[in-house]
Amino acid sequence: MRRFLDTILHFFGKMSTSSSPGEDYINRLFLFFLILCGVIMVVVIVMILTGVIRYRSGRIQGEPDQRTGNRAVEMTWTVIPFILVTFFLVLTIKYMKAINSPSAEGKKAEIRIIAHQWWWEMEYPGYGFTTANELHIPAGRDILVQIESADVIHDWWVPDLGRKIDAIPGRINYTWLNSQKPGEFRGACSEYCGAQHAHMLIYVVAQGKEDFDGWVISQQRVPGPPADSTGAEGARLFRERTCISCHNISGISDDAHIGPDLTHVSLRQTILSGMLPASRENIIKWIGDPQKIKEGSHMPDFMLEKDEINALATYLEDLK
Amino acid sequence: MNFRIHIPEPKTPLPDIKTGEGLLQWISTVDHKLIGIMYLWTSVFFFIVGFAEAFLMRIQLALPNNTFLSPETYNQIFTTHGTNMIFLVLTPMIIGFATYCVPMMIGANEMAFPRLNAFSYWTFLFGGLLLYASYFAGGMPNVGWFSYAPLSEKFFSSTPGVDYWILSLLLMGIGTVSAALNLAVTTLTMRAKGLSMTRLPLFVWMVFVNSFLILAAFPVLNAGLFMLLIDRQLDAHFFLSSTGGAPIMWQHLFWGFGHPEVYILALPAFGMVSEVIPVFSRKPIFGYEFVAASSVAIMLLSFGVWAHHMFAVGLGNTFNAFFAASSMLIAVPTGVKIFNWAATMWGGSVKLTTSMLFALALLVNFTIGGLSGVGFALVPVDWRLTDSYFVVAHIHYVLIGGSLTGGLAAAYYWFPKITGRMLSEKIGKWHFWLFFIGFNCTFFVFHFLGLLGMPRRVYTYADFPYLGSLNFFSTMGAMVFGSSFILFIVNIFYSLRHGKKAENNPWNAWTLEWLTTSPPQPKNFESVPLVKSRRPLWDLMHPEDPDWKRGNSKKTQGHE
Repeated sequence: MRRFLDTILHFFGKMSTSSSPGEDYINRLFLFFLILCGVIMVVVIVMILTGVIRYRSGRIQGEPDQRTGNRAVEMTWTVIPFILVTFFLVLTIKYMKAINSPSAEGKKAEIRIIAHQWWWEMEYPGYGFTTANELHIPAGRDILVQIESADVIHDWWVPDLGRKIDAIPGRINYTWLNSQKPGEFRGACSEYCGAQHAHMLIYVVAQGKEDFDGWVISQQRVPGPPADSTGAEGARLFRERTCISCHNISGISDDAHIGPDLTHVSLRQTILSGMLPASRENIIKWIGDPQKIKEGSHMPDFMLEKDEINALATYLEDLK
Repeated sequence: MNFRIHIPEPKTPLPDIKTGEGLLQWISTVDHKLIGIMYLWTSVFFFIVGFAEAFLMRIQLALPNNTFLSPETYNQIFTTHGTNMIFLVLTPMIIGFATYCVPMMIGANEMAFPRLNAFSYWTFLFGGLLLYASYFAGGMPNVGWFSYAPLSEKFFSSTPGVDYWILSLLLMGIGTVSAALNLAVTTLTMRAKGLSMTRLPLFVWMVFVNSFLILAAFPVLNAGLFMLLIDRQLDAHFFLSSTGGAPIMWQHLFWGFGHPEVYILALPAFGMVSEVIPVFSRKPIFGYEFVAASSVAIMLLSFGVWAHHMFAVGLGNTFNAFFAASSMLIAVPTGVKIFNWAATMWGGSVKLTTSMLFALALLVNFTIGGLSGVGFALVPVDWRLTDSYFVVAHIHYVLIGGSLTGGLAAAYYWFPKITGRMLSEKIGKWHFWLFFIGFNCTFFVFHFLGLLGMPRRVYTYADFPYLGSLNFFSTMGAMVFGSSFILFIVNIFYSLRHGKKAENNPWNAWTLEWLTTSPPQPKNFESVPLVKSRRPLWDLMHPEDPDWKRGNSKKTQGHE
């Protein structure tokens, strides 16, 4: 019960401290909507309880007065909802336009997000690099984002950053992202997209200008050659065991977009789009038996030997 | 060669299945009452299947990162659960009650097309069985009851599950359309003398309006299903963007059917409580004309609201604004009905039978479902709520809190007529309270889960704050909810054998079906009195104060 109350408090707390202008509008309209629900619910329950308590059977002998209906009352409760509907329609259109403005037409998106079965690809065309599953944005300004899909329909949703937007094959959608303050936000794919829909999480990091610029530089850096022989062995395996056909690593391949870009995988917090914390052990477990860790995912089991997996893990760990 | 097969017609109201000809009488029957009963049993059977599926899902979701079900199994189960509950439980429930009651309520002895009636049932039943036949053919469908393209296309779902799903729905769709046609023609042509359209019982009104909804909505689904089948089997490109098709087209077709479908399941339930509430309030319905007219308004508007399922697709402000307006508008006639039902009790003499309790539960729970539905019409709010667990809460409040609750009110109300025995009120009250509490415990927390960011259709979820505890609470609620249905089924079997014998008109109701015996003989009526008002049996029982003299409604005068 305590936790239940906490949940409600947590939720109402969220309404007063929003993280983005888009969410502000949604919160405001949602509040009006909650008030409407509350008032109507109270009216209906009072009407029912009055009927049940005041007019319960046994109150009178025989059948009650059979006259019924009242045009004036009926007109009233038809007209009032029409007025309410008009009020809500005006607000809806106003806020909808505000959230979607300014129009994306003719503007170039700063970030391209491409949804895949079951991970997110993020391309920063202005900075010339691609990453996966972890979106970094500069805080405090509007960022135009372009959303696409490589396979089926997905949906981008980070609750703290406002609206949902579908990722649809053959179609480009745009949305504005704005985090007023630096912070970390979680989200998830919200359109059912197949076996691992549940593990298609989103992790957004909003950073101050300096931090963001630092992150951009770290992402633009092409990783150097492996430091030791195990790493070098891993790099060789990465090429020879065809990992390279699906995964991009800047400096050795450029155009593979079937699996997540691994150029700076060791700088990320999680692997498998938010499923596991990024760690050497988890990478080893994953390569060893992908279908056991994330059943249905498109990563095949390459039947690698233990020391081969070790070498690959070392190589990936060294990518910075 | 000239040989004939003897096809027995029912000789008793409820042929005993154990006698030699009994089973054959059920299978070969074209009697609307026996077909209605078969629809209802089918509904009960598939409800047990669908509930078992729901329960497996609740166990899987009780704890974060649970591994009770594999993702593939979970996805198959949530797909068949949705399809099962909508097409195999609620649809036969409403068509079953309609097939059984409509002819009797209009003083007819049969449906307009008795053979078509049998065809409808058997097509529907085999369609339903085909859905589960997929289990033996390589896997049940796993793309959701909405089967969004391109996920449902062959490239992404290569098992035959989706093909079975398509064929199953096509067959059931044909059965449902023919049943609707039959009900509409029956209402138009088979009414007793004096029973004008303005005197029809409200349940018949709603079924009549509903028939047109079915006739217009199901062909849209069937067209879409055929296109998907052609895509999958003949490599066409209707919904594949890579070769020039449009995945969004599927959504338009599916929701063009899917949203009217929600009203198809809700309107007859509205009709059921429009019969139950007046009878147990001992007063005519408040505002008959408003309740009937608002159904017509709902029917017409329901064809113009489908794209509120698609606000996140990114179709633009103008497009969204239109569908926001129409979706908000449809809330008005629905709200009017709720007020009319509540006002019917005022000035009456309210008797809280189990049937009445379920009808009142519909008023409460459907209002919650209706109000949460308004949220989806407010486009920016929809961007927060859509595809989250909030929608799961909403759909269950509408379909369980509305349709199923109405069906249970109807079950307690018409069981004596159908079987000749009363359902136990004592078990019924337990059933009701466990149902009401269990239902709200299970589904109300879904609203919070959605607002906290839990997407729907996930086989598991991360251990973020509150998600685990709320889901666990919901699973506990589901156990209470499930136990209420065990009581219901116990009640049915107990009362069939040991229930109190029912009189012809145990509730002192006013519509024509209560004129005949309980259960009715194979021929419903030998004669029906001239109908002079909306409540013919009230007129018979109270010759000193008949409705047609009082002029409750001006329209009742001047008709013969």
